[in-house]
Amino acid sequence: MAQVSLRKIVKAYEGGVQAVKGIDLEIDDHEFVVLVGPSGCGKSTTLRMIAGLEEITGGDIAIGGTIVNDIPPRDRDIAMVFQNYALYPHMSVYENMAFGLTLRKFPKAEIDTRVKAAAEILDITPLLDRKPKALSGGQRQRVAMGRAIVRNPKVFLFDEPLSNLDAKLRVQMRTEIKKVHQRVKTTTIYVTHDQVEAMTLADRVVVMNHGIIEQVGPPQELYHSPATKFVAGFIGSPAMNFIPARLEQASGALVLALPDGIRLNVPEARSARYAAHAGREVLFGIRPEHLTDDKPTDKANPAPLTLTPEVIEPMGMETLAHFRLDGAEISARLDPATPAEVGVPLRLIAHMDQMHLIDPTTDKVL
Amino acid sequence: MSATAANRDLPGIYHKAGSLRAERRWAMWTAYASLIVAAVIFMAPPFYMLVTSLKTSGEIAGMAGNPWIVREPTLENYWAIIENPLFRGFMLNSIIITACVVAVTMVISILAAFALARMRFWGSQMLATGVFLTYLVPDTLLFIPLYQIVGGLGLLNSIWGLVLVYPTLTVPFCTWIMIGYFASIPKELDEAALIDGATWPQMLLKIFIPVALPGIIAATIFAFTVSWAAFVYPTAFVTTPDQMPLTIGVVSQLVRADTFAWGQIMAGALMAALPPVIIYAFLMDYYIAGLTAGATKG
Amino acid sequence: MAADGTIAVRDAAEITGGRANSLQRFARRRSTIAFVMTLPLLAVIVGLVAYPALFGIYLSMLNRRMTEFVGFLNYEILIESETFWNVFFQSCFFAITAVLLKALIGFWLAHMLHHIPNNKQRKWRGMLLVPWVIPPALSTLGWWWMFDPSYSSINWLLSIVSVPEVPWLGHHWWARIAIIMVNVWIGAPFFMIMYLAALKSVPEQLYEAAAIDGATSWQRLRYVTLPMMANIISITVLFSLIVTFANYDIVRVLTNGGPRDLTHVFASYAFQVGILSGNIPRGAAVSLFMLPFLAVCAFFVLRGVVRRNKEQM
Repeated sequence: MAQVSLRKIVKAYEGGVQAVKGIDLEIDDHEFVVLVGPSGCGKSTTLRMIAGLEEITGGDIAIGGTIVNDIPPRDRDIAMVFQNYALYPHMSVYENMAFGLTLRKFPKAEIDTRVKAAAEILDITPLLDRKPKALSGGQRQRVAMGRAIVRNPKVFLFDEPLSNLDAKLRVQMRTEIKKVHQRVKTTTIYVTHDQVEAMTLADRVVVMNHGIIEQVGPPQELYHSPATKFVAGFIGSPAMNFIPARLEQASGALVLALPDGIRLNVPEARSARYAAHAGREVLFGIRPEHLTDDKPTDKANPAPLTLTPEVIEPMGMETLAHFRLDGAEISARLDPATPAEVGVPLRLIAHMDQMHLIDPTTDKVL
Repeated sequence: MSATAANRDLPGIYHKAGSLRAERRWAMWTAYASLIVAAVIFMAPPFYMLVTSLKTSGEIAGMAGNPWIVREPTLENYWAIIENPLFRGFMLNSIIITACVVAVTMVISILAAFALARMRFWGSQMLATGVFLTYLVPDTLLFIPLYQIVGGLGLLNSIWGLVLVYPTLTVPFCTWIMIGYFASIPKELDEAALIDGATWPQMLLKIFIPVALPGIIAATIFAFTVSWAAFVYPTAFVTTPDQMPLTIGVVSQLVRADTFAWGQIMAGALMAALPPVIIYAFLMDYYIAGLTAGATKG
Repeated sequence: MAADGTIAVRDAAEITGGRANSLQRFARRRSTIAFVMTLPLLAVIVGLVAYPALFGIYLSMLNRRMTEFVGFLNYEILIESETFWNVFFQSCFFAITAVLLKALIGFWLAHMLHHIPNNKQRKWRGMLLVPWVIPPALSTLGWWWMFDPSYSSINWLLSIVSVPEVPWLGHHWWARIAIIMVNVWIGAPFFMIMYLAALKSVPEQLYEAAAIDGATSWQRLRYVTLPMMANIISITVLFSLIVTFANYDIVRVLTNGGPRDLTHVFASYAFQVGILSGNIPRGAAVSLFMLPFLAVCAFFVLRGVVRRNKEQM
C-alpha cells in the first residue's frame, strides 16, 4: 500500500514532440484516481511511465516514498490491467494469475491460496482451468484483474480496461471494479477516455488535455465548478452548451446579451463574481439539463428564452431538443410530456444559478 | 423451392428471369472437372513410381501391355532396398544431417527473430532486410566458392560439411517467418510479462516460444523439408557413397548400376520421399502456413 | 510481497548512490543482448553468404590452376563460346516459359479451388500439393523413368490415341519441353497455394458490392480479384523466376545437360565446368553470370514484400 507522487513529469519523444508536459500529482494511499481525457492527451503515457514501460524524460515518480524513475517495472511492485487484457494465451486462467508469483519464486502453497482467494473475490473459481480463448470478454477482464490482485502490489494500474467490452458489460464491470477496490483498497490509477467511467469510479478525477492537467478534483466538484472550458465541456453528457454572449450592466443588475436579442438576467448571487467582467465578450456555458422546458419550477432565478428546435430526440425518460443560435449548437433536456416539434418555437428556461461564464481569451471559467 | 411454388400459384405476377442457378451449377462443374484433371496429372508420376516399385524385374522388362498396372504385385524391391547397406547408409546420413540442421536452424532463427522483432537496436532493420535478401540467394549461385571453402576446412566428402552449409538454405527463411510470428504477438503481452517480473530469457522461453508455437512448427517443417530435399550441395560436396544423403545417393548410386533395377530405384525414391510426405500429411495446415508466410509475414 | 519490497529498496539504494540512469543502462544492455542473440545469424549470413559471394568473385578472376589473377578473362572466354550462349538461351527460355505456365495453371487451379465448397477444399488442396512436397530430385527420377526411351509410360498413353513415339530426352527440343513439364508439375502447386491464400484474403463484401454494381464474373476477376492480388502475384512470379532460373535438380537428373550440352542451364553448366571438369574459376564465373538477373528480381520481390507489409499495417 502506498502513495504515488508525480513531480514535474515530462515525456518527450524523439523529434521533440512532448506527450506529457510537466505534470504534478499526489495520489494518496488507498485512493482511486482516474486519469481522463481525449485520446492523445498523455494519460496513457503517464500511466505507462508510472508502470516503467516508458522512460521518463524529466521529473520524478515516487511510489511509496521511493523514487522509481530508474527501477525496471518488475521491481516497482505494481500490477497492471491492459485494454486488451494481455492474458497469456497458452496458459490456463490459474497459470495466468500465478505467473507473476511463480517468477518471484513464491512457495506453491502460498500461490495456490492467493489465486483461489482472488478467484473467489472475482467470482471466477469455476474458470480456473480454462484457457483465455474459452472465456468471454467480461471473464477475461476478471482474469486480468485477478492477475493484478494476486500480486498484492503497492499500486494497481488500469489502462482503459473496459473499452473492449460492450456497453452493458461495461456498466457491470465498472461496478465490479469499484467493489474490488472497496475490498482490497489498493491505491489505484485508472486511465479512461470515458468521462462516465471516470465520474462513477473515482475518488478524484484528473482531467488531462494536450499533456497537461486541466483540473483535479472529486467528480462532483468537476461537474459543478469546472476550472476551464475544456473540463466544462468534457465532463457531463450531453456536453455543456457554449453560447457567445456579452455581459452587460443594466440598471444595477448584470444581464447576458445573447445573439438574436435574447437577454438573460444573471442571478444576484453571482453579480459580485462577474462584476469585473461587465461590458466584455464572454462564453455563456449552461448544461442541457439546466436548460429545460418552461413549467412551474422551484429552481431559483429562472430565465426564459424562446428557441426553435431543429432536431428532437426522444430518449424515453427525457427528450433532447437541439437548437441553433447564431452558429452555436445548443441542446436542452425536455420533459418527455412536452409537445415539442421541429420548426415550432419552444419556450425554454435557463437555470441561471447553474450558469458558467468563460473568458474566451483564456478559456478559464470565471 | 418456395419461390418456384409461388411461381406456379401466381401465374402472371411473378415470372422467372435469368438463370443464376444454372450458371452456378456450370461453374461448379468446371471447377470439379479442372480439379480432377489436375489431380490425375499431379498424382500420375508418384503413382507410376509406386506401380513400378511393386513390379518384378521381369514384369518391368516385358514390353507388352499397360505399364500403369501391376499384374503380380511384389514387395521384393522394398526388401531388397531396405537390406541394401548403401541405402541404409544414405537414410542414416539424411537423418543425422537433417536433425542437426533443424536443431541449429531453429536455435539461430528463434534467437535472432526474437531480438529483431522485439529488441530494436542499431542496424536491426537493415539486418531484417538482409535476412530476406539472403533467402533470395539460390544455392546454385554460391556452391562453387562454398566448395572451395568447405574443401579448405577439409569437410568435402563428409556429412559435417553439409551440416555446415545447409543453414544457408534454412536459416534466412525460418528467421524471416519467425520475425513475422513474433511481431504478431501483441506488445501488451511483453509488458504484462515485464510487470509480472519476467526477464528477457524468461519472456522468450515462457511467453514467446509457447505463444508462437504454430510458427515454430511451421518453420521446423520448412527446415526439415529443405534439408531433406537439398540436392545441389550434396551433389557438389560429396562423392563418396558412404557419406551421401538420400537424394544424391538414390539418384547417383542406385542408378549407376548397369542393369537398371527400376523397381528398386523407384522403391528407394519413394521411401526417401516418405518422411516429408508423412509430415505433410499430418501437419498440412502448419506446412501450408509456413509456405505462404514468406510473402505475407515479417 | 515482502520479497518484492526488499528488491525495490535494494535497487533504490543502488541508484541513490550512482544516480546514473539505470533504465537507460537497462536499454543499452538490452540492445547488447539483442546483438549477441543475432550473432549466430550474422555468422551464417556473413560467413556462408556474403564471404562466399566475394570469394566467388575473386575465384572467377583466377586462371584454371588458381595460381594467377587473370581479371575478366574467364568471362570473356565464356562470352565467346557458343555453348555459353546456348546455356544462356536455355536458361531464359526455361525460366520464362516454366514460370508463365506455373503462374497460369496455379491461378486457374486456385480459382477453381476457391469455387468449390469450403469443406471440400482441404481434401483437394491436400492432394494437389503433393508434387511440391516430394523432394524434386526424387520425383524427377520418377519422371525420368516415365520418359525412358524404350519403356516410356507416357508414350504408351499417347499410343492409345495414336500419337507416334516421342523421343522425350533424345531430341533437344523435346528434352527442353520435358524439363519444363517436370518443373511446372513441381511448381504449379506452390503458385496454387499462394494464390488461394491471396484469394481468401479478398473480402467477400467486395465481390458482393461489385455484383450489385453490375459486374459480370469476368469483370469481378478483372477489376476486383486481380488488382487485390497484383502484389502477391508479382512477388510469387519474381520469386519463382529466381528459383527456376537457378534450378539444378531437374536438369541434372533428367538430361544432365544433354543431348550435346543443349539443355544445360547456368547451374548445371557451372557444375559441369567447375566441379566435374575441375575448372573452378570458370565455373564460378558461369554461376556469377546469373547474378545481375537475380539481383533485379530480388530487388522487385523485396519492394513488393515491403509494400505488402505497409498495406497490411
